[in-house]
Amino acid sequence: MTTQFVRDPDAAVAAIPDGASVMIGGFGVAGQPVELIEALVRSGARNLTVVNNNAGNGDEGLAALIAAGRVRRIICSFPRQRDSHHFDARYRAGEIELELVPQGNLAERIRAGGAGIGGFFTPTGYGTLLAEGKETREIDGRQYVFELPLTADFALIKAHRADGMGNLTYRKTARNFGPVMATAARHTIVQVSEVVPTGGIDPEVVVTPGIFVDTVVEVPSAKAAPEEDGQ
Amino acid sequence: MTAPATANALDRDQMAELVARDIPAGSFVNLGIGLPTKVSNHLEPGSGVVLHTENGMLGMGPEAHGDEVDHDLINAGKIPVTELPGASYFHHADSFAMMRGGHLDICVLGAYQVSLGGDLANWHTGRPDDIPAVGGAMDLALGAKETFVMMDLFTRSGEPKLVPSCTYPVTGLACVSRVYTDRAVFLLGDGEVRVRETFGTTFADLQASLPDVELVDATEQA
Repeated sequence: MTTQFVRDPDAAVAAIPDGASVMIGGFGVAGQPVELIEALVRSGARNLTVVNNNAGNGDEGLAALIAAGRVRRIICSFPRQRDSHHFDARYRAGEIELELVPQGNLAERIRAGGAGIGGFFTPTGYGTLLAEGKETREIDGRQYVFELPLTADFALIKAHRADGMGNLTYRKTARNFGPVMATAARHTIVQVSEVVPTGGIDPEVVVTPGIFVDTVVEVPSAKAAPEEDGQ
Repeated sequence: MTAPATANALDRDQMAELVARDIPAGSFVNLGIGLPTKVSNHLEPGSGVVLHTENGMLGMGPEAHGDEVDHDLINAGKIPVTELPGASYFHHADSFAMMRGGHLDICVLGAYQVSLGGDLANWHTGRPDDIPAVGGAMDLALGAKETFVMMDLFTRSGEPKLVPSCTYPVTGLACVSRVYTDRAVFLLGDGEVRVRETFGTTFADLQASLPDVELVDATEQA
């Protein structure tokens, strides 16, 4: 299906139902699709499973979704930060389930999910608490852990530009999880700072081809990321 | 157990300077969050060392200030940074492929403990009330041709952090090749712990302060 362009973030996330799994791009606030998440808070969808590197920073974006009690389960690598108070409170209250995944395994599981790979053996995590109960194998004298692919019903990501075909470019380190998440969701929703006409992005510099993009919304006044000091 | 007196031990900037001096020109290097970040302050301009930050960049420049701050351009510690000529950006799966695939030369990390076999513990205290967070720690531990650790040799209460085996949950097994501390530089490998140099202490006093770890004297005086 070709990419659909919608008027505003509320229209972009309207199809996300209760109980959906949602990958959300961003590393901290860089590349976090804040306006799409705010629309998801307004939509009222609950009982969500969220895949993100972190578990919210400060009070905006993913932190607001968690604070509103909409997230039942989170799959992430670095939940605890100086400004992750909303997650910390829900987690300590037993209201949110955490699956902790090493960051590179998280990225590769998403990549595998989007690429149709049924899993992979990685050295990362071997012999640690995070590999307990997982299949292991020695390959050429090195020990590996089997990891499963990750897919989701939806992905919410932030890119810089989209053209009329949904081809995307990103900005600097805000790229982070966007390109892999776009491939791994059944429905990928993208907020961009600017939509340009088809042909307005040099095909040589396209990072995410439009085939991976279902819905685009232009958010030209995307708020500058707030100051933060967590890790 | 008490730590030996710290007269003439290295301070954190001196440790960072020492690590920086040991990084060969032209290396691809990842500096972990915290103390290792200081190493970048001591890299010689023109050394050609290329810094990798796992959130998706090679050719990372110094911390950004004032008008340079761009919240789309941050390091793994989520601090705004700058880009150097020749920098490149890439997504997370490519970034960790660079590590896991052995393309980085050196990774420098902090630690709670290192075992004499090179096991690293730096991600989790193991306390039941702690919310664990791993981030890229397990990938970084295994993700370079050589993994260096920078840490104080003793905890504040005087417990050695170079240990026969880690009591904290491990981050990676047999991955650390070198440990820079305020008291000495240790080279790990083949089941041996060789002491390359000491600071404000002698080999004999160092060995006496680490009774559970058999050291090999590889200082120049040896």
